[in-house]
Amino acid sequence: MFKRLPDAGFEPVAITVDGVAMSARAGDSVAAALLANGVDHCRTTPVSQSRRAPYCMMGVCFDCLVTVDGVGNRQGCLIPVRPGMAIETQHGKREAGR
Amino acid sequence: MTAVFAPSYDVVIVGAGPAGLTAAALTAQAGLSTIILDEGAGPGGQIYRAITTTPVKKREILGPDYWHGGSLVSAALDAGATLAGRTLVWSLDRDLTLAISRDGVARTIQARRVVLATGALERPFPIPGWTLPGVMTVGAAQTMLKASGLLPEGGTVIAGMGPLLWLYAAQVLRAGGKIDAILDTTPRGNYLAAARHFPDFALSPLMFKGLRLMREVRKSVKVITGVSRLAAIGEEKVSGVAYSVRGGPERRLSIDTLLLHQGVTPNVNLAMAAGVRHRWDGRQLCWTPELDEAGATSVPGVSIAGDGAGIAGAWAAEERGRLAAIAVIRDLAPDALQVNEQFVRNRLYQQELGRAFIDMLYQPPAQFRRPQGDVIVCRCEEVTAKQIRDTADLGCEGPNQMKAFLRCGMGPCQGRLCGLTVTELIAEARGTTPQAVGYYRLRSPIKPIPLAELAAMPATEAATAAVVRG
Repeated sequence: MFKRLPDAGFEPVAITVDGVAMSARAGDSVAAALLANGVDHCRTTPVSQSRRAPYCMMGVCFDCLVTVDGVGNRQGCLIPVRPGMAIETQHGKREAGR
Repeated sequence: MTAVFAPSYDVVIVGAGPAGLTAAALTAQAGLSTIILDEGAGPGGQIYRAITTTPVKKREILGPDYWHGGSLVSAALDAGATLAGRTLVWSLDRDLTLAISRDGVARTIQARRVVLATGALERPFPIPGWTLPGVMTVGAAQTMLKASGLLPEGGTVIAGMGPLLWLYAAQVLRAGGKIDAILDTTPRGNYLAAARHFPDFALSPLMFKGLRLMREVRKSVKVITGVSRLAAIGEEKVSGVAYSVRGGPERRLSIDTLLLHQGVTPNVNLAMAAGVRHRWDGRQLCWTPELDEAGATSVPGVSIAGDGAGIAGAWAAEERGRLAAIAVIRDLAPDALQVNEQFVRNRLYQQELGRAFIDMLYQPPAQFRRPQGDVIVCRCEEVTAKQIRDTADLGCEGPNQMKAFLRCGMGPCQGRLCGLTVTELIAEARGTTPQAVGYYRLRSPIKPIPLAELAAMPATEAATAAVVRG
């Protein structure tokens, strides 16, 4: 997992992940916030339901797909966290209507 | 970054890394209306990621080469270029219309000239278990350090080869972090293959930097060389790495994080979708665009600068950005040209001197480019090496037919993490070259966008009439 540099500036941003309150840092991407909070996977795959976590952190691999504020399949590594953001992990195939 | 878009610009630059920033500084200075579009939240690209916002305060952690990026950003902004972050370019037409998406709204903008500075991606590293949580790229970990001040915690092993691997390891150590081991996959034979390029390398600024980094890292990290086999072990997340040295017995390390890296390759998706001709580069083992001396592509009005033109690193990217800009200015505002082109070319020559040596030294060995058995090649659709090899043996001739058989390359990443592997596997199975096999036919949108965004785009009456029933 990952830890913060001790002297890094830290302006906390409150988010929820699957309904659980967590703290991110202003400037974090959603994917970085998940890893910093010890969330060890952000989705299971549509094909085999195997667990995936962010892999490239630069918008290439799509393994960090999460639901952000109700919108599914967002690339977590490209979205900066905002106060009150509701992040949900994704499981298997996308459900109709989301 | 700003986000009010004009309907048209003299110059649209895609990518706010070193090439895009230097190109923009020159074209804007010449009085040409210039916008830089980048998918990232801020300028800098990957090499200068989060340069304006990084929480890493001690400058020596990321090193002087990183902080240099700040001057490129200010030069572009001071010259009057507009910078639009969080902006995805998902289409580029031959009439130089770009379709873009920002904050959930899609629109088109028109350019007189387009400079693609889309940079590089980390090369796929298909080994058993590379899809497990806890396995990520070295570049990904470095992004977390630069953008969020995050260091790996617990057992951490870096595996692979290439300059970035050593740079990141040094940055982690300077930041007070710990790397348990580096599993170096550089084959012995590569040193021999690279040796004839050594004289040029010795003259380049790269050698001194590289040697210093390796010395710094070796002082406190166990480096295991000659690694010929690698596998990430774990059920629901990575718990270990198995490796062997020069075909010897398997050894294991218990870990929490495995960071993989075996070089970078041009990010070709937008250029290929725009119809830019590419060819297989036998030294860099990837697709590179066919370019003239100024970076002009086979599509009129579109040029490519930076690592998207073939990997040469950040310093060369700056000069390539300037050369692309000089050509644009010469076309659109010849009287405004104030740059000494020869001076730029000389600096580019210096920066490219050591490249052949690095390319040969860090050419990834076949077993890490063309895997066997159940190793996943296409991460999105979970297609294995064996499936691709078996299907090629049935007579499947290329990546596009392979899509129809197996769906590889048809997931959301659109082949970015499997394309090179699939091409090389088919070429091997058919006993031919990657050039003969070709690549996925890429099309717009080059990344998935919501249908609602497309539907909400303004359409002309004629366009609506063409598809409305009755």
